[in-house]
Amino acid sequence: MPMRLQLLIVLLCPWLIGTALANPYETTLANGLRIIVKEDHRAPTAVHMVWYRIGSMDETDGTSGVAHVFEHMMFKGTPSVGPGEFSQRVAAAGGRDNAFTSRDYTAYFQQIPKEKLEEMMQLEADRMHHLNLDPKEFEQEIKVVMEERRMRTDDNPQAKLFEQMNAVGFLAHPYRRPIIGWMSDLENMTAADTRAWYDAWYVPNNAYLVISGDVDHKEVFALAQKHYGPLAERPLPPRRATAEPLQEGPRHITVKAPAELPVLIMGYKVPVLRDIDKDSDPYALQMLAAILDGHDAARFNKKLVREDKVALSAGIDYDAIARGPGMLYLHGTPSAGKTVADLEAALRAEIERVRRDGVSAAELKRAKAQLVASEVYKLDSLFGQAMEIGQIESAGLSHRQIDRMLEKLQAVSAADVQAVAGKYFTDDALTVGVLDPQPLDGKPRRPAFPTRH
Amino acid sequence: MIRSFFRPLFRLLTAFLILLAALPAAAGVAIEHWTTAAGAKVQFVESRGLPMLDIQVDFAAGSMFDPANKSGLAARTRALLDLGAGARDETAIAEELADIGAQLGGGADTDRASVSLRTLSAPDKQAVGIDILRSVLAQPRFDALILEREKERTIAGLKEAMTRPGSIAGKAFWAALYPDHPYGRQATPESVAALSRADLVAFHARHYTAANASITLVGDLSRAQAEQIAEQISASLPPGAAVPLPAAPAVGAGSSTAIAHPATQAHIYLGLPAIERGNPDFFPLLVGNYTLGGGGFVSRLMKEVRDKRGYAYSVYSYFAPLKQAGPFQIGLQTKRSQASEAIKLSRQVLERFLVEGPSEEELAAAKANLTGSFPLRLDSNRKILDNVAVIGFYGLPFDYLDRYQERVNAVTAAEVKAAFARHIQPKALRIVTVAAD
Repeated sequence: MPMRLQLLIVLLCPWLIGTALANPYETTLANGLRIIVKEDHRAPTAVHMVWYRIGSMDETDGTSGVAHVFEHMMFKGTPSVGPGEFSQRVAAAGGRDNAFTSRDYTAYFQQIPKEKLEEMMQLEADRMHHLNLDPKEFEQEIKVVMEERRMRTDDNPQAKLFEQMNAVGFLAHPYRRPIIGWMSDLENMTAADTRAWYDAWYVPNNAYLVISGDVDHKEVFALAQKHYGPLAERPLPPRRATAEPLQEGPRHITVKAPAELPVLIMGYKVPVLRDIDKDSDPYALQMLAAILDGHDAARFNKKLVREDKVALSAGIDYDAIARGPGMLYLHGTPSAGKTVADLEAALRAEIERVRRDGVSAAELKRAKAQLVASEVYKLDSLFGQAMEIGQIESAGLSHRQIDRMLEKLQAVSAADVQAVAGKYFTDDALTVGVLDPQPLDGKPRRPAFPTRH
Repeated sequence: MIRSFFRPLFRLLTAFLILLAALPAAAGVAIEHWTTAAGAKVQFVESRGLPMLDIQVDFAAGSMFDPANKSGLAARTRALLDLGAGARDETAIAEELADIGAQLGGGADTDRASVSLRTLSAPDKQAVGIDILRSVLAQPRFDALILEREKERTIAGLKEAMTRPGSIAGKAFWAALYPDHPYGRQATPESVAALSRADLVAFHARHYTAANASITLVGDLSRAQAEQIAEQISASLPPGAAVPLPAAPAVGAGSSTAIAHPATQAHIYLGLPAIERGNPDFFPLLVGNYTLGGGGFVSRLMKEVRDKRGYAYSVYSYFAPLKQAGPFQIGLQTKRSQASEAIKLSRQVLERFLVEGPSEEELAAAKANLTGSFPLRLDSNRKILDNVAVIGFYGLPFDYLDRYQERVNAVTAAEVKAAFARHIQPKALRIVTVAAD
C-alpha cells in the first residue's frame, strides 16, 4: 500500500485497517482453480466472477470470434439446467448476470444478495464442465452474434476504424483480429468449433474465481471446494501466440463510412507491464496520459480544444495491463475548418512539448492527487474492485501487487515522463487511422480532405 | 465485449433504471430530510464506511423548460456552469478540483439539470470542493467567447448524431410521441446557433433558485454538517419561485415513421406517452413490464425475438415515468431485411400480453427478482445518491424505498392487465424505423 494512501486510510477510517491489510484472501484448489476473495462488508451483497484465461488472442485464423460466440453458448444449458434457465435462476435469486470476452480473457459474473452465492457457484461449476452445446441452439445464437456485430461495428464508423486500424497496426500478433470476429468467420462457424474451444480451455486449472462483498473468505473457500473441487484438471493445449515483428516504418489506413465528422487515431507501439517491480516505463506512460488527458484542463483539452480550437475533442488511451503487445492511442476530431492533418500536427506538437520542456511539478502532483482519491472512490463499487483484481490476474500479474503498482506510480518523476515522451513516439512505431466521413446518400459531399501522408 | 444489456440507449435510461429499483423493507435507507431557510429541499443519508462525500443538486431546469424557439437552452446553460464561475476561470475550476482529487459531474435531461460533486471528506479537501460547487451553481460567468466555442462543438455533435441510425430513431421517436409538448422538441444546429448569452443568463436566473432546488448529500458527514453545507449552498442561490409546468401531453394518435439510411441494421422503436412519476399504476406496470420486456434475459420479448429467432442482440421494453407522462417504449435492432417481421412479432408479443397479462408463474418470477434484487440497488454510496436524489426531486414519498417490496408483492395479475389496458392502446402506438427495407 502506498504511503500516502495508507496514511489517509489510517487517519480517516482506522476501522478499515483490520481488513485492509489482510484483504484480499486467496487459496488454490487441488485441481488448480484459484480463488481470490475481497471482503467488503458495507452492504449485504456479493459479486461472483469466473475468469478464464482465454480470449480472442487464443483463436486461430478462420475461427475469429469463437471465444465470444462460445461465451454466448454458455447460457444455453447443461443436462441439469435447461437453455436460458441459467439466467432465470439468477433472476429468481434477485441477481443480475452477464459475461464479457476480451482479447485476453473471458469472464462471467453474477451480482447477488450475499446469501445466494452458493447457488451461483453451483451453476457456474456445472457449466464449467457439463455444457450441452446443442447445434440447434447454436444456429439461433450465431444469428444473434451477427446482429451484435452489425450493431457494434458494421454500423458504427468509429468502431470500424478502430477494427481496421488494429488489423494494420498488428501484422502478425493475434491482436490484429477483432474480438467479435470477421463476419465471414461467423458465417462459417459451426457448433463443433465451440465444442473444440470448450473442451480445450474450460478447465479449472485455466480459471480463477474473484468474489467480492459481504462474505467470509473461509466460508467461500469451503463452498468453492464443495462445488468446483470435484471438477478434474486437464493439461492445456500449447499456446502459440505469434510475436509481433518490430515495426520499422509508419503505417496509414483510411476508412470511408457514412458520418459527419472525421476521426483521427494515432497508435504507437509501447510496452505494457510485465514485471511490476522492475518495469518503469509503463508507469511513466500512465502519468503522461494523466497529464495530457486526466481532467478538463489537462493539456489536450486546454490547448487543443479550448485555446487553439483545433479539435472538437482530443484524448489519449493507454492500458498497461495486457497479455499481448501494447499500443497507446492518441485520438480526436478536428474542429470545423480544421483538417485531420492540422489535428495530427497539433497532437504531435503536444508530445514534442513534453519531450522538449518536460512537465511541471504542479501537473505531476495533480495527477498523483487524482490517483490517491480514485483509490478511495474505487472502494465504493464491489464490481469495480472485483474487476480490478480479475484484470490484473488475466495479464499474468498478481493482485497482491496492486499496492506496489500504486507506489510505483506515485514514484514517477517529471524526468521519467519527459523520457518516455522522447522514447516511444517515433514514426517508425506509428499507425495512423483516419475516418473519412461520407454522405449518407452515397453522393460526394466534398472532396477528400487532405491528410499529411 | 459485454454480452448484452449495456445497450446504447438515450437520455432516460439512467432515470429508468433507478425507478425499476426493487427494494424490500428490510434493507431500506435512513433518509433524513428538511428544507433550508432559503427554501431548498434537502435529503441526507449518513454513510461512514469510506472517507468520501457525494453531493448532488437538482433543479427543475431540464429541456422541457426550453422556450419553443430555443431548444437546447437548458442543456447549454447546464454545460456552461463550470466553464468559469465567480473568481475562477474554467482552467482554475478544473485544476483546483483535480488538485484535491474531486470530481464534478451531472448534466441535463428532459426534466432535471444536475450538478454533482464527489470529494474526499477530509476537511481541507471537502471545503474547496464545496466552495467550487457553490460558485458554479450561483455565479456562472457564461463567458460569451466560451459560449460560442461550446455552441460550435454542440452543433458539430448534433450533425454527427444525425448520421447515426440510433440517434435518428431516438429523436424521431420523441417527436412522434410528443408533437405538441416540449418533450418532443429537439435541439437543432439552427436552434443552438441562435442561443445568446442573455438567453443563458435569463434561464439560469429563473431556474437555478433555492425554491427550484433539491439537494442530496450521502457520505461521511453528520446531520449537523449536512445542514450547514445545505444552508451554504442554498443561501448562495436567489430564493426564486417554483417554475410552472407546460400543459400535460396528450396520448395522441398512432403513427408510422420510416426514415431511410444505409445502415445494415434497422433501428426500431414502438411506444406512446404513458405515465408520470408518482402515478398509482406505477407498480402494476413495473411488475408487468418485467415479464413483457424488462426482465433482462428472461422476458417474453427476449425469448421470442432473440432466443427463438435470433432476430436481435438487444430487445427490451420499459416505462420511463417523467415529471409529465413519459414514454412506454419497445426497442430493438435487426438486419434491415427482416425489420417488418420483427415489428410484427414485437406487436404480437405486446398484444398477447395485453390480452393475457402475466401467468401466475411469470408474476411470481417478476416479484422474486424485483424484491430479491433490492440490496443490489443500494450497495454503494453512488447508488444511494441516485435513488434518493430521484425521491427528492420528484417528491416521491420518503418511505418509497421502505415500502417498495411490499408494494411489488401486493400487485395482482388482474391489476397488471387493467393498468396495461389503461395506458397502452395498440392503435395509439407510434412506430419508428430507420434503415428498414
